[in-house]
Amino acid sequence: MNYYESKDLARFAEVGKFRKELMDKFFDYYGEATGTDGALTKREKALIGLAIAHFKQCPYCIEAYTSQCLENGSNPDQMTEAIHVASSLAAGMILVHGVQMQNVLMKHDAM
Amino acid sequence: METLELPLPQAQTYSFEAALDSHKLDLKPLSLETLQINITKLCNQACLHCHVDSSPKRTEQMDERTATRVVEILAQHDDIKKLDITGGAPELNPHFEFVVKEARKLGKHVMVRHNLTVQFDGNPQTGASMTHLPEFFAEQGVEVISSLPYYQEFYTDKQRGLGVFKKSIDAMRRLNDVGYGKPDSGLMFNLVYNPVGAFLPASQVGLEADYKRELKEKFDLVFNNLYTITNMPIHRFAESLKRRGGYEEYMEKLVNAFNPGAAEGVMCRSLISVGYDGRLFDCDFNQMLEMQVTTGVNGSTRHRTIFDFDASELMQRNILFDAHCYGCTAGAGSSCGGATA
Repeated sequence: MNYYESKDLARFAEVGKFRKELMDKFFDYYGEATGTDGALTKREKALIGLAIAHFKQCPYCIEAYTSQCLENGSNPDQMTEAIHVASSLAAGMILVHGVQMQNVLMKHDAM
Repeated sequence: METLELPLPQAQTYSFEAALDSHKLDLKPLSLETLQINITKLCNQACLHCHVDSSPKRTEQMDERTATRVVEILAQHDDIKKLDITGGAPELNPHFEFVVKEARKLGKHVMVRHNLTVQFDGNPQTGASMTHLPEFFAEQGVEVISSLPYYQEFYTDKQRGLGVFKKSIDAMRRLNDVGYGKPDSGLMFNLVYNPVGAFLPASQVGLEADYKRELKEKFDLVFNNLYTITNMPIHRFAESLKRRGGYEEYMEKLVNAFNPGAAEGVMCRSLISVGYDGRLFDCDFNQMLEMQVTTGVNGSTRHRTIFDFDASELMQRNILFDAHCYGCTAGAGSSCGGATA
């Protein structure tokens, strides 16, 4: 058995079997935030979603947002740039902690 | 000894009529505004998603008798305003130019589904040149509708074959040079987008803006409108989905995206499709599935052809639906003229 099954994505709503009202609020919020054109277009939102899906490495979201990006008119060049944004932020988040490292190095009079 | 009967896996079926019933939709014919004729299955290309399974090896051609009958029907019916000529590559039928000229003399709006590359490839069976097509189209004042799956080379060649994008760009330039797509020329040049894979098309308006910007900036090309079309889960595309195990997933995507508004605008309500052999169908997809128009009542029903064309009976017909019709009703809808909702 795999922990992640593609077909399970279609069962997402079943999480609302208990405390359905909370899940309903989530779906309303999610649909409004991601599925409508606002100050950002649905295409831009889908690219943000794809980048976050990769950052959080969620297989469900990667599958869903790859389709979302295609169905909102993005192409592989644009989608790949989006995940490079996520990737470079992740790298930056590691590297900026180098300042913490240097603070400690200085504390130990080691730099 | 008792036999244990194991349930056999059943192929999933998708009832389009059930979807219509659940939305209380009764899709009757509205008009016979467009006569769409598929005059050949011969094509210089063999595209991945072609619902006609056209290729350079196909031999089916509308003959002179049938082509002449098409012209007669156009002459007899003022309510048929448009002639939509498709294939294959329709220019590869020997009677193509006769039909175009006669239809234009009758004042009909003529649309040609022109694949662009045939201008350079010519007839794959006879070697006949087709370089004159832009001038012929312009002289006749026909609307040219051409598939360009994407404004980039990668997706276009993936779907239509290596080198097709570059050839299509050159062919578009020749059409632009005679006035097609140019403001005030009166020569309409429309492009068709269909997804490269098993997903729904993006918004027609948004994609049209992308195509116009990219084709202008990179190639200095212009066109009028972009039509987005959903890939139909039949023939070559259905087979490729089944080989990859994606048929059920694609069908579920179409079913889940059923849009009653798109259903009301389906093209079969205002169109009759004519096969190369003169048989009548509700649309080009039904034609490829051999779902021939039948009219009459119990006991006296019969299949219809162009040779017994009866407009009043055709307006009373029951349009034939099947699972593939979900392709026309998903999302913003899909038709030979693009989105319908």
